[in-house]
Amino acid sequence: MVKQKYSGLIVSLSAVLAGLIVGGIIMLVFGYSPLQNYGNLLNGAFGDIYSIGETLRNAAPLMLTGLGFSIASRAGFFNIGGSGQYLVGWFGSIIFALKFSFLPGWLLIIGALIAGSLLGGIWSWIAGFLRAYFGTSEVITTIMLNYIALYFVNFAVKQWFAAKGADASANILKKASLRVSWLTKLTDNSTFNMGFLIALIFIVIMWVYMTKTKSGFEINSVGLNPQASKYAGIDTKKTIMIAMLLSGVLAGLAGCIDGLGNYQNISVSNSLPNIGFDGMAVALLANEHPIGIVFASILFSALQIGGLSISVYSTTPPEIVDIVIASIIFFVGIRYLFERLIAPMLQKKGVKN
Amino acid sequence: MSTSMVLMTIFSTTLVYAAPLIFTAIGGAFSEHSGIINVGLEGIMIVGAFSATVFNLTFVSVFGAATPWISLVIGGLVGIVFTLLHAVATITLRANHIISGTVLNLLAPALCVFLTRIFYSGKGQTPIIDQSIGNFTFPGLDKIPILGPILFTKTSLVAYLAVVFGGLSWYLLYKTNTGLRLRAVGENPAAADTLGINVSWYRYLGVMISGLLGGIGGAVMSQSITLNFSASTISGQGFMALAAMIFGKWHPMGATGAAIFFGLAQSLPIISGYIPGLKNINDVWFQIAPYVITIVVLVIFLGKAVAPAADGVNYVKGDS
Repeated sequence: MVKQKYSGLIVSLSAVLAGLIVGGIIMLVFGYSPLQNYGNLLNGAFGDIYSIGETLRNAAPLMLTGLGFSIASRAGFFNIGGSGQYLVGWFGSIIFALKFSFLPGWLLIIGALIAGSLLGGIWSWIAGFLRAYFGTSEVITTIMLNYIALYFVNFAVKQWFAAKGADASANILKKASLRVSWLTKLTDNSTFNMGFLIALIFIVIMWVYMTKTKSGFEINSVGLNPQASKYAGIDTKKTIMIAMLLSGVLAGLAGCIDGLGNYQNISVSNSLPNIGFDGMAVALLANEHPIGIVFASILFSALQIGGLSISVYSTTPPEIVDIVIASIIFFVGIRYLFERLIAPMLQKKGVKN
Repeated sequence: MSTSMVLMTIFSTTLVYAAPLIFTAIGGAFSEHSGIINVGLEGIMIVGAFSATVFNLTFVSVFGAATPWISLVIGGLVGIVFTLLHAVATITLRANHIISGTVLNLLAPALCVFLTRIFYSGKGQTPIIDQSIGNFTFPGLDKIPILGPILFTKTSLVAYLAVVFGGLSWYLLYKTNTGLRLRAVGENPAAADTLGINVSWYRYLGVMISGLLGGIGGAVMSQSITLNFSASTISGQGFMALAAMIFGKWHPMGATGAAIFFGLAQSLPIISGYIPGLKNINDVWFQIAPYVITIVVLVIFLGKAVAPAADGVNYVKGDS
């Protein structure tokens, strides 16, 4: 067991290393210096307190979408609709904050967080419901719901909430923002906000839920063996819907945190945000372990935030970071190869499997 | 506008938008019939659109008016190479098909915009191509009364080719030995293996055909609609093609029909101004219609429109 536990970690670390090497080779091929660029990346992500603030701020939504993906995955479902759920969550939180701006600050924030995460939850519950009662593949429905969310939110923002000709809503009031002055000051005026703390709280809540409660046990059980779970008296339909609902609530919450903490308004998106897929990457790299998700989301966030300074200090196209991220997920995906390579190293000589 | 002019506009606009979807959806059907789920069609289209545009811009002085057509082939070939990543990961290295397909979707835009910046002095988009695939009038056929002007005048030749491809694909999949074997490894790989069919080879074949056709689909997009390449050249068409394939019940002709229907939905915002009843309907409903329809169709046809039995299941010899 101990060996298995470590082999997961070793596979993930190898995947990260392999992804960085692929990025390095591509940079070398096109005449850029990998050492200089990775140095700038590291500096841009963790070089000073401001950068650290930015990196942690950006890690929070990744943490939540990753957590969301992993809950559905525990129940045996592939929720690749994180982007759509994030988008409706972002939309819901900003609209609530704008419409109920007469409420006192703390109530306004809680209301906005609930409104957004509920919308996200409903969005993925639809896929869970169709899966439970009609057997419809959640992979397809969540993909379709992603695009429905994209076009609908764009339409609603332009039609109802943006000034004529504008592409974004008004900004929310300061009292509705997750930015608080002591965190901003602490991190040298970065966008670091309460969102990171909220995300950490949910990591703990979901860990307790999944390991200590009956409902969490049922989710794990359905994921491991749906037939046996049904035979054991677990309401599998209900469990599927709960898992998908929670998954969407977390992705929606990620949208709220970005909306209230980072953007402060809602704008038209040209294409689907990548965050749902990045969250999936986080969960896969972390082997769906809550602590792993914290570290994996900080790593991906560091790549994204640090990646911004790559193109500041050199002519290297910033997209190199996305290539590295995609490569890491590719290597996580082919973990079979690593397991084949690593297994012999972990086994004592002379012991056959 | 006269009725026949309106009909001609609707028909040709529909075909223009349907063509990329038809090629890509048929490609998806090949992959899934061989047992490999391919949610990476979007990424494959991006790579096809990019390579076709680069080829066109580079070689237009050599090939002249034929350039965009050769670019389609190049887009398809590069599509094959790119899709090999998915094939190796899923077939040889037993990766989860959804993860690997998602990698294609994440890698393609990153890689293509990266290369665009390197090739075109830091800009995130290529210049506009000079030679593109314009509209086409079938000589002779356009003289047919009533139908001629509507169906065969100023229309999309590449869409007609796509429909022909749909027919050919149906023949290949359902009437030839190769097609039968390809479908067999997607339905029951263990049984196919017992009969001496090389499961891996036919799965590679299925995935590579999806790369070829997805690449062509993306190339059609850049060579006839957007006329350059940028991050937004392909924005959801790959997923719409995936939807068309499912709406068409994994059948090449069904996928073709569904793609034409989605092409109509995409063209409605553009042509609704000419059609009295549609003027007041907001574009958003046309935009989301294909996706809603797909979900509804999936729910209604439960048990009737099912994917190949072993779709998404990795085959490990001796394991089943």
